[in-house]
Amino acid sequence: MSTTHTASGADRLRADDQAPKSSPSGGLKAVGGVAGWLDDRTGAAKPVGYLMKKVFPDHWSFMLGEVAMYSMIICLLSGTFLTFWFVPSAGQVVYDGSYLPLRGVTMSEAYRSTVDISFDIRGGLLIRQIHHWAALMFIVALSVHMLRVFFTGAFRKPREINWVIGTVLSMLSLIEGFAGYSLPDDLLSGTGLRAAEGFMRSVPVLGSYLSYFVFNGPFPGESIIPRLYSVHVLLLPAILVGLFTVHIGLVFIQKHTQYPGPGRTNDNVVGFPVMPVYAAKAGGFFFIVFGVVALISALVTINPIWAYGPYDPSPVTAGSQPDWYMGFADGALRLLPGWLEFTAFGFTFSFNVMIGAILLIPVMYGLMAAYPFLERWVTGDTREHHLLDRPRNNPTRTGLGVAALTMYGVLMFAAGNDIMAIKLHLSINDITHVLRAAFFVAPPIAFWVTKRICLSLQRKDRDLVLHGRETGRIVRTADGRFFEQHEPLDEFTRWTLVQHEAHEPLQLQSGTDEHGVASPTARKDKVRARLSRFYFDDRVEPASPADLAAAHHDGHGHESIESAPGPVESRPALETSRREPPQRP
Amino acid sequence: MNALAARRRHPAAIALLLLLGLVLTGVAYSTFAPKQADASPAAASQVEEGKKLFLANCSTCHGLQAQGTNVGPSLAGVGAASVDFQVGTGRMPLAKPDVQAPKAKVRFRQPEISALAAYVASLAPGPPIPDAQYTKGDGDVAKGGELFRVNCAMCHNFAGSGGALTRGKYAPSLRNVQGKHIYEAMVTGPQSMPVFNDANISPQSKNDIISYLHAIDKEENVGGMNLGNLGPVSEGLFAWVFGLGLMVAFAVWLGRKAA
Amino acid sequence: MSEHDAPRGEVRHTTSAGYGTTAVRLDQGHVQGSGRLPERFENPGLAPHVPRMADLDERAAKRAEKQVATLFGLSSLATIVFIVAYFAIDSKHTAFIPGIGEANLYNVVLGVLLAIALLGVGVGAVHWAKTLMPDTESVEMRHPQRASDADRERVVTNLTEGGTAAQLGRRPLIKFSLLGALALPPLALLLPLLGGLGPLPKDQLSRTMWKKGDRLVRDPERTPIRADQVTIGSVFHVLPESIKDSQHVLEDKAKAAVLLMRLDPEDIKPAKERDWGHDGIVAYSKICTHVGCPVGLYEQQTHHLLCPCHQSTFDVTQDCKVIFGPAKRPLPQLKITVDSEGYLVADAPFREAVGPSFWERGHA
Repeated sequence: MSTTHTASGADRLRADDQAPKSSPSGGLKAVGGVAGWLDDRTGAAKPVGYLMKKVFPDHWSFMLGEVAMYSMIICLLSGTFLTFWFVPSAGQVVYDGSYLPLRGVTMSEAYRSTVDISFDIRGGLLIRQIHHWAALMFIVALSVHMLRVFFTGAFRKPREINWVIGTVLSMLSLIEGFAGYSLPDDLLSGTGLRAAEGFMRSVPVLGSYLSYFVFNGPFPGESIIPRLYSVHVLLLPAILVGLFTVHIGLVFIQKHTQYPGPGRTNDNVVGFPVMPVYAAKAGGFFFIVFGVVALISALVTINPIWAYGPYDPSPVTAGSQPDWYMGFADGALRLLPGWLEFTAFGFTFSFNVMIGAILLIPVMYGLMAAYPFLERWVTGDTREHHLLDRPRNNPTRTGLGVAALTMYGVLMFAAGNDIMAIKLHLSINDITHVLRAAFFVAPPIAFWVTKRICLSLQRKDRDLVLHGRETGRIVRTADGRFFEQHEPLDEFTRWTLVQHEAHEPLQLQSGTDEHGVASPTARKDKVRARLSRFYFDDRVEPASPADLAAAHHDGHGHESIESAPGPVESRPALETSRREPPQRP
Repeated sequence: MNALAARRRHPAAIALLLLLGLVLTGVAYSTFAPKQADASPAAASQVEEGKKLFLANCSTCHGLQAQGTNVGPSLAGVGAASVDFQVGTGRMPLAKPDVQAPKAKVRFRQPEISALAAYVASLAPGPPIPDAQYTKGDGDVAKGGELFRVNCAMCHNFAGSGGALTRGKYAPSLRNVQGKHIYEAMVTGPQSMPVFNDANISPQSKNDIISYLHAIDKEENVGGMNLGNLGPVSEGLFAWVFGLGLMVAFAVWLGRKAA
Repeated sequence: MSEHDAPRGEVRHTTSAGYGTTAVRLDQGHVQGSGRLPERFENPGLAPHVPRMADLDERAAKRAEKQVATLFGLSSLATIVFIVAYFAIDSKHTAFIPGIGEANLYNVVLGVLLAIALLGVGVGAVHWAKTLMPDTESVEMRHPQRASDADRERVVTNLTEGGTAAQLGRRPLIKFSLLGALALPPLALLLPLLGGLGPLPKDQLSRTMWKKGDRLVRDPERTPIRADQVTIGSVFHVLPESIKDSQHVLEDKAKAAVLLMRLDPEDIKPAKERDWGHDGIVAYSKICTHVGCPVGLYEQQTHHLLCPCHQSTFDVTQDCKVIFGPAKRPLPQLKITVDSEGYLVADAPFREAVGPSFWERGHA
């Protein structure tokens, strides 16, 4: 295949090995030596050469996934460090280390070793804080990355698989985080496990068995810490790293999406090649992320387990909360009313617990994973999409996303209701009542408001294209009228504002075929058409050349439109419009 | 000034403003230091003086004989400890009726407080002002920690930062509170707080608890800023605001074309 | 399924220099022809390249080089100081740090130095890429994701041929027995796992260590409590005296923790609650009926018990009925009395399972 190519970087390596035609420079020779040795054995030159020339688009929001990736790597590195000292055992010991307020207190080995890491291992506290802050940042960045992908429609064909993998990664990272939070066996994490045991019990029929299987008998038992340890350092990291490798591999195979803009099409990627620009930027960014995490860990305490004290089932602390990423589930538990528990046929149904603790996470992630398929069905759009949507150009999707985010936010706020109560001097009961109502009321409002804002932004874009930018220069006409001079957009700026298509709702096919036989899918079609209308009934058409010409002719003489498009023959149909432009070399 | 005005819309301005706010709050908080006081024994003249002070400052709500009215409870049997705590931490006299009397600026000098306490103690027997040997905070810190976690942390939080109760009530912060006042609060059970009499938690154990609280007051910030010792909520908030903020700031810089 | 089957260009790497005038084709949108003007704007192609300062001015490039080198140098320096600090600073040493207060110096210094070492490399590399590495955009063409029809066909053919060659279709016996042989072995791994995870709960969730005559003792001192020590408004955190003989202290504590309160008997509404108590002294399980956190926040004026985890609120004057929050059931009451020496003792075990609900709790 490569025989027809002339000297591209990859081929030159091979050519060098076989028959050096010209004497290469010293550096190239050295690279040729080592790399050539490797390539003789692996043939890696071709894929490596290809990867080095791979183009990545530049945008800050594309770095969010990298923040998550690097945070995960930081967690792996710092976590390995911690395993050298952490003792995953619930065996009871009496503390006699250097932290005075705990001297003589009975505690588990897990807790003692964590206190030792914090006080007696040099630099141990820093690594512990790096591990925990990086874990929080991992899930923060991963969530924001997910939002970016959602709001820009990056999950559309061909990236649905990666979206699903991403949701699985996100869900597993919650569990991984919770397992890590539980390991030190301090008062807070033990209370978390206590609640988790209550969650398991709420499962119908199997609840008590589930609890006894997980804890190897009655809570707390001595097995949960070693078991969670195995899950936290081996099982879940292996799955996370494996799935992540597929995730990033698919990004390479499918090439990164890009934001719309001049020169960018659905068929190209405009950006910078891996070698050298992206290697430096992405490589450097790893150090930046690590540096930021290190800085935070140097200056801000996280999870002061020595202050919480060892776990004991009798005490508890005010403000018992999980880490933020479990907040939404904890908040749901705070909002769910008690009457959801009832007894029937002599058995107890604890829906007040089960809905928030057992069902919420799989249902939420299930809906998220299903969304691309739902949207594809509603839009009937089976094309590949490599150009991102500007969120305003898909108001219904953006609205749905913000509504879901609002719902999530309500739950997350609910998890902090006690902290809000003391810090804002409010009644915990009032906060809970308001949030219960907000869970149902706020998302529709958020949807409506977001959608309206998106449509307004589209109109603003359209207006900008048709009437240009306000310059702030006031011009007085000969007859004494005043105008603000508008400056037309240049074609590059303009393109970003007009490039998108306005979807139209699918038309409902008549419910019967030509023979008058009712279509078996009539009902489904109706739902589909209705959903399609819901998505696309409200829309703003992007400005067209005709619109611009009309605006120009509308008597706005003061708007000097430089190059209104001249009359052109009737617009070519879709097929012909895909012709390669003649200018292409 | 001009440069400042020009930059007020700069993205970093919000962060700066937030930082400034945090610093100011911190400074304001740290100046909120407790006043030192000393207890003195009650004497007959003290009771007289206390009665005068009582009639002038307290009788509106608690009644002329401290028998209680519909806006203030009877003070018979609350003891000197109660008065010393309530007045000595500025909770009384109450500025305005609320769900709970907040800690406030102390309105009386210590001799006046002692006089008030002596007067109220003369009405009916009640918990006296504790012996100074049990409020010094020279006890067993680790044992105090255990007692604190079982008896106190559920309301006052693991580090004594305070916590929420029902309907707007709250357990106040215990940071930098005098040992005497901690002891008095335990024996008298002010407002929502239950009573922990000396038969429940012995004076020696109370001293241990005070010792623990003093130890964590004095404890340096082991791992850096403690974010108010409020647990994972403040940590999560910090990760979202500052952690993500810094990451995004760097990402924006990285993605922007160089000048 | 209308695939994206428009003709595509081969992979090319072009830089954008002079690309501004080259129109890049527009291939999206349902475009219909009508009117004199085109329905849509044309993609104008990449905007003209704007050179950076460092591209035009060698001095600016030199400056950038110095900046990058300084950052890299700073990083190395920070690492060296880190190593020195690691040995030089006493890990217990504290110092006043502005914005934090009195803090452990070791953690702050090591962390900040590590941050400088890392940020120096990172910021330096990115600054280098931004200022000195080529910043003309490259364009790479995409292929449709799907393989060609011929390739697809070949895979299907290979599969079918493979199946035929293996005689899968002709020999159903093999096919079905293979399915079984593949599906069942994982059970041999799963069963020992599930079987070995833990014992069956039997009735343990419904039993605590409380039995008739067991003294109530203080937690954590484990000293018995006389009824006259419990004054009105008091709250005692209580364990059974038999906890001292327990082989599984934490497990037993997790079920047996009890809260002892004394109310004015007048305030207690249900007769049962008064009867099960002693002169206004009542004992309730401290384990929340929601998910099991210790319910320890007793408000002595309102007689409300609040759970710090999910804010379930129980009214002690009404037999610990839930008056707010997600819990459903009242906290179980422990029937108490006094023994001959005046100490409080349990008069009976708990009559129902304590703690969170579970499926069969009604059957205990």
